Amino acid sequence: MISVDIEKKLRAYKGQQVLKIAAQFPAGSITKIYGPSGSGKTTFLKIIAGLITPEKGKITVNDTVWLDTDDKLSLSPQERRTGFVFQNYALFPNMTVQQHLEYATDDPQWINRLLTIGQLETFAEHKPEYLSGGQQQRLAILRAMAIKPKLLLMDEPFSALDPKMKSEIIAELKPLWAELEMTVLIVSHNPQELQGLTDRELVISFES
Amino acid sequence: MDLTPIWLTLKLASITTLVLLLIGLPLAYWLSKSRSIFKIIIEAVITMPLVLPPSVLGFYLLLAFSPQHGIGKWLHDTFDVQFVFSFQGLILASVIYSMPFMIGPIKSALQQLPLSLSQASYTLGKTERQTFINVLLPNIRPSVLTAVILTFAHTLGEFGVVLMIGGNIPGVTRVASIAVYDSVENMDYSSANTYSLILFSITFVMVISVFVFNKYKAKSPLE
Repeated sequence: MISVDIEKKLRAYKGQQVLKIAAQFPAGSITKIYGPSGSGKTTFLKIIAGLITPEKGKITVNDTVWLDTDDKLSLSPQERRTGFVFQNYALFPNMTVQQHLEYATDDPQWINRLLTIGQLETFAEHKPEYLSGGQQQRLAILRAMAIKPKLLLMDEPFSALDPKMKSEIIAELKPLWAELEMTVLIVSHNPQELQGLTDRELVISFES
Repeated sequence: MDLTPIWLTLKLASITTLVLLLIGLPLAYWLSKSRSIFKIIIEAVITMPLVLPPSVLGFYLLLAFSPQHGIGKWLHDTFDVQFVFSFQGLILASVIYSMPFMIGPIKSALQQLPLSLSQASYTLGKTERQTFINVLLPNIRPSVLTAVILTFAHTLGEFGVVLMIGGNIPGVTRVASIAVYDSVENMDYSSANTYSLILFSITFVMVISVFVFNKYKAKSPLE
């Protein structure tokens, strides 16, 4: 069980806003997080990953406290080791597809399996600048999964994929998430997207 | 014709560049990340040699490291090291004088990299050091090369600061730029011309190489 209760002041278009979220995610669940642009969806994921620190809050993951502002406790992103798919992919321009995965894991069989899932076997030696938008996005997903995280945070992970590729990769990913007992949070700005994939939903909006 | 000043200049520029590369990479990384007031002060101090007359910097270094008082006396008495009128002094002065040329391009390149690159590396469990070596550094290679070449070329051309702290001791502190001045003073235009031509050629080739190696990525040598 992942339990999150955080409060973070953010500068927004209408002045300062407060992002206030209290939610629980059962282990192994897949949750869709949606809300309007600028509502703090990305910030929420980054707070969980330890990339942004909120003013107030507590995050507990399977009985381990990741963050407790009252106790001034905050595990580093390295200690939390969440799989994170960035909205802008955040691929490393100097590394090939294969090197991206090797940077994350030293298990060659796992790397080959990931390359097959992402249909990137023939692009293993390509650097990101020679990949299409969809291929880059798939690589970002594979890299995040390469560390076999217990918690996978995905920020608009399927936005650059065509409908066919999207359903193919989702069909591959879903059983894999179950196999690895991953808890998955997927941010999307479109409430209709991901229907059938997720089993829970969290709507984010600002509290003025 | 005595080519010692040319060799001395190349030796000085090589050592200065190496020292600055070792200091510059971590310092530029820290400056690119820090938001403290302390950072602004450090940054201002590093930038000062760009605008300060070299003779002023040389004068202060001369005062600071004079073996008669202060730090200079302590260094002389404790470690038997003398920075004034010595080659070590030239290295120290050059490191301070050329520092903005090493730090500037590296810091600005690091700041231009998306923050998400290091964040992605951290979430993969990599330390800050691993991230710097494997992700950040390889992606700012053209700027590091620019910084190295500019630092080297700039050190070749030092005059005021070197003259103030090093003087004009043949074989020890008489670098090429001082040899040019000295030759002109002695009406030896032929030697001045040779030294100048060698310095001009080396510097020109180095600046050209920045553009060639970076495949025209650099819009200006100071980028």
